[in-house]
Amino acid sequence: MSSSDGLVVLNQQANGIATLSQLRRVILCAGTGCMANGAMKVFEQFKREMAGSGLNVILELRAEGGDHDVRLSKSGCQGFCQMGPLVSVVPDGILYTKVRPEDVAEIVQQTLVAGQTVDRLLYKDPATRKTCRGLEDNPFYARQNRLVLRECGFLDPEDIHEFIQHGGYSAAKKAFLEMSPEEICKKVTESGLRGRGGGGFPTGRKWEAARVQKATKKYVICNGDEGDPGAFMNRSVMEGNPHSVIEGILIAARAIGANEGLVYVRAEYPLAVERMRRAVADAEREGILGDNVFGSGLSMKCDVMEGAGAFVCGEETAMIASIEGRRGMPSPKPPFPAQSGLWGKPTIINNVETLAHVSRILNQGTEAFHSVGTKDSPGTKTFALTGHVANTGLVEVPFGTTLREIVLNIGGGVTDDYGKLLKSGFKAVQIGGPSGGCLTPDHLDLPLAYESLRSVGAMVGSGGLVVMNERTCMVSIARFFMEFTQRESCGKCVLCREGTKQLLALLDDVIEGRADAGTLDLLEKLGRAVQVGSLCGLGKTAPNPVLSTLRYFRREYEEHIFEKRCRTGRCKALLRPEINEERCKGCGVCIKACPTGAITGEKKKPHRIDPELCIKCGACATACKLHAVEGV
Amino acid sequence: MAAAPVAFDRARKFEKVCGILERYGYRPSGLIPILQAIQHVYQYLPEEVLTYVATSLDVPPARVFGVATFYAHFALEPKGKHVIRICDGTACHVKHSLPVLNALHEKLGTSEKKTTSGDMLFTVETVACLGACGLAPVVVIDEQVYGGMTPERALALIDEIKTNENTSDLGSSSADMPANGEILHVQ
Repeated sequence: MSSSDGLVVLNQQANGIATLSQLRRVILCAGTGCMANGAMKVFEQFKREMAGSGLNVILELRAEGGDHDVRLSKSGCQGFCQMGPLVSVVPDGILYTKVRPEDVAEIVQQTLVAGQTVDRLLYKDPATRKTCRGLEDNPFYARQNRLVLRECGFLDPEDIHEFIQHGGYSAAKKAFLEMSPEEICKKVTESGLRGRGGGGFPTGRKWEAARVQKATKKYVICNGDEGDPGAFMNRSVMEGNPHSVIEGILIAARAIGANEGLVYVRAEYPLAVERMRRAVADAEREGILGDNVFGSGLSMKCDVMEGAGAFVCGEETAMIASIEGRRGMPSPKPPFPAQSGLWGKPTIINNVETLAHVSRILNQGTEAFHSVGTKDSPGTKTFALTGHVANTGLVEVPFGTTLREIVLNIGGGVTDDYGKLLKSGFKAVQIGGPSGGCLTPDHLDLPLAYESLRSVGAMVGSGGLVVMNERTCMVSIARFFMEFTQRESCGKCVLCREGTKQLLALLDDVIEGRADAGTLDLLEKLGRAVQVGSLCGLGKTAPNPVLSTLRYFRREYEEHIFEKRCRTGRCKALLRPEINEERCKGCGVCIKACPTGAITGEKKKPHRIDPELCIKCGACATACKLHAVEGV
Repeated sequence: MAAAPVAFDRARKFEKVCGILERYGYRPSGLIPILQAIQHVYQYLPEEVLTYVATSLDVPPARVFGVATFYAHFALEPKGKHVIRICDGTACHVKHSLPVLNALHEKLGTSEKKTTSGDMLFTVETVACLGACGLAPVVVIDEQVYGGMTPERALALIDEIKTNENTSDLGSSSADMPANGEILHVQ
């Protein structure tokens, strides 16, 4: 199809939106989470049941629609991963959770034919025990402000026509036909959009810096190398609305005068790679990418590259090295990529989420973008809410939203290890992954934004929010992140390579009871040295988890060191085996189970463990039905 | 075994590498996608193939080995028939992914250093994050994602695969996969 046909489709979109909103739709979430829970089987079952029920099932989108038509489609990640597979029925506004293939017949008969809801499949709020019919009364969704994510849960990510009918690519068309590169850069700068990948650099200024460069070749790179463990918002956008990313790339390319784009996707996200590749191919077929974009005479091509598993490649210069086929090691800035990037040409690298925001700024104006968020951090940000929280999933909220709102209201509160809701027990939130820091109950009313987080020693990072309950050992968490950065250090800077290793060894000393009074000072000193002596963001931020837990949970470190005690009982080396005298009935089962003969005691009287003989194998604790053995 | 089929076999193995190199136009900039494609065929990167790639792209072998050892995805040792990846991202970690890993190591006789089981059936790896945090802890076996893992559930999955292996053993085993490191350098 030539590009002029693509324009025809674009021109039809006004009529399309009307048709689309009237049509009844069954939307199945086909994100990684729901797919793992068997969403495809549910989809197939829907196809069969709907065909047998007299409904006219539409799988491909078309312009006309009759009364009995029901469109069955897949969507990208709807964010409520824990409750998947999710099925929504619009315009009825019903959201069914944990749908199994055997539930499908009931949904078809009750909801699609008879127009009633199937109550047992609705979501029940664990805090209020209230049944939620759809998105409006579900606290997880109702308290969010979904701009980037909304379409992820509605549009079929594999259908470019649906995206176009929904108004997609109109901003890119405007950028190519009605706006000059200066205007685009100015508008994006005015909007105050800041990079969503972590640093928070103003996007407009980055573009402007690349725009003014005189070069025949420039590049736009979309950073989809979301290496931060515990974060998956970029995955969801690439899986759920890949065309919005391509539209962002097109606008960025027009703004700086580039004619080549590249999406660098993390290899652990096979579905995102597949959907991005398909979206690029579809856009090429429709003439949206190609030699004559929207008839402007300008050309644009786009590639998708799969990463090969290196966290440091999320750093701009390392990513460029990786694309050029080298080891992903960062290089000093300046020169900035905007001056000399990929193959020495001016290059801009933007995060997936940043690019997904751009079309909205062009279409709705900077005012609309400013209307939410704070003065310095306008707009919304997606956070991946995970860990010990009732509702795990993706949440999109305006900058400035408090932690309390996200964790306790949207997230529904803190849970124990098995997902049971706890009344209290919130201990900390780790924000920003291995580069970020911890927030404590004292920060519950802190508005989340770039500056406010920096002031308490944390950062937005890519937006991972891992909630931890009181049974989580903060020293172990610091060790977990330190192990990660130590493993991922590229080895270029000595302080990052060796320093992270020593920090990890010091944390091991604390956890295994070898640390002494000097260890904490050493941790702090070395941590600061690594921050100063490293070239790139990975090294500069690597000590953050340690420094931030030291700042807010110093008492816990001291307990490990001076009292040789871990209050959560997670640090096995510090455990002292004991039998709880109140629980022990003196049955003797543990005596038989103990391989070293460490347990003694008379029948029907509480037994004792000799710590000298005990090897902490745990056999007694497994054998004891009364859970009387503690500390193994 | 007769000489002719062996020679034929070797030539055929390198044909695939040549095809991949051709697809990327013998450009050194395509080194990472080239190695990814080769690993897709062989399940790992045999040393001889890396040397062959270096010669073909006209770059020093050190550069090819440098890239192959830098990225976590490239394996220089053959992997087992079934690759089990345990997510140890933050969300999975706080929801206790380590006991799952330890249970699998114990069952399969693998460890952090020795990731492939003796019978070449399983490789156990950890990954930093699979982005399926809502289902934590997550295990991926041969690209199939399993959420809400416990040591018991993981071991049951292994048993299931082993049972399937035993029943289909008489049919095609690993016919389309090269045996360990048997790719020799052909001049």
